[in-house]
Amino acid sequence: MSKFKKDGKKNTPAVSTASLPDIVFMLLFFFMVTTVMREVDLKIKLSQPDATEIEKLEDRSLVDYVYIGEPTNTALYGTLPKIQLDDAFATVEDIQDYVIEKRADRPEAVHGAIIVSLKVDEETKMGIVTDVKQELREVQALKISYSTREKVNKKKF
Amino acid sequence: MARSKRELQEINAGSMADIAFLLLVFFLVTTTMDSSWGLSRKLPPPLIEDQEPPPPIKDRNVFVVLANANDQLLVEGELMDIANLREAAIEFISNPQRKEELPEFKEVDVDIFGKMPVSKQVISLQNDNGTSYNLYIQVQNELEAAYNELRNQLSLEKFGTKYSILEEMSKSDDASVSEPAKAKVKAVRQVYPQRISEAEPKETGS
Repeated sequence: MSKFKKDGKKNTPAVSTASLPDIVFMLLFFFMVTTVMREVDLKIKLSQPDATEIEKLEDRSLVDYVYIGEPTNTALYGTLPKIQLDDAFATVEDIQDYVIEKRADRPEAVHGAIIVSLKVDEETKMGIVTDVKQELREVQALKISYSTREKVNKKKF
Repeated sequence: MARSKRELQEINAGSMADIAFLLLVFFLVTTTMDSSWGLSRKLPPPLIEDQEPPPPIKDRNVFVVLANANDQLLVEGELMDIANLREAAIEFISNPQRKEELPEFKEVDVDIFGKMPVSKQVISLQNDNGTSYNLYIQVQNELEAAYNELRNQLSLEKFGTKYSILEEMSKSDDASVSEPAKAKVKAVRQVYPQRISEAEPKETGS
């Protein structure tokens, strides 16, 4: 009967938390390795389309981003898609200056390898995207990449 | 004297977890899992004034894909679902039965293979200002997939490796791996060159 009775005198030993730092450090390293710092604060809604035939942009230091989508603050900016460069909204006319400015920051040897990544919301109409592409052509920023998510491969039928 | 007798006190490591948690939370917040994947494209250089008009291309060599503002596709004059586009493009590019209405072939000297018949295909893609970006990307993706599939086929047949694997190998740091792979990639690309031409956008009603 008294076999299972707690011995009043014996204190249950505290659970050792010595391994807690190890666990947390493990998580920490995982996030440190996989983390990519956010380039900008997004002011637009961005849900990218899916695609299967995608390539990875190898060198992030050679990539400039152009964001296009519906502003998140629709009360202030309306619902028409807007262009965002760095941290501010911009117009189509600003694209040329932006690309030239970004190009000037880099050594001349890599100018040919700069890629402009278009991060466009999937609901955007092509009109504004085409305008942006025309501007990029004007400043000889010919290498572009349509940023997409990877499509989960599922059978269609 | 008395000091040596004192036992060395253990450092309390309890706050280590707190510090680690602090760092962890920081990285959790700043992390974005989105990686920079995308469809790579090359834009044509800007138009030069009084440039010579390009030589006309025969109708049979052009695969016309039109996308309208209602996200419908018109492929070679017929309404088509996006799911069938890849197959249609593959048939057009490879023209296995050498049909009259599909593109012509020209004997071309290719690096590794020697003389090969190369299709004179061009894919013309035209979209409306009101076409959704999603459809546009899907079309681009399907066309790219068509090329990749044909390139994979050829590469498997000739080298026993997939084209996508060759492409991976050509990016390797080891020159003894990347050099031959690069040559193979180039040869495959010469047989199936990607020619997607995008027309200047037009307003075609909504």
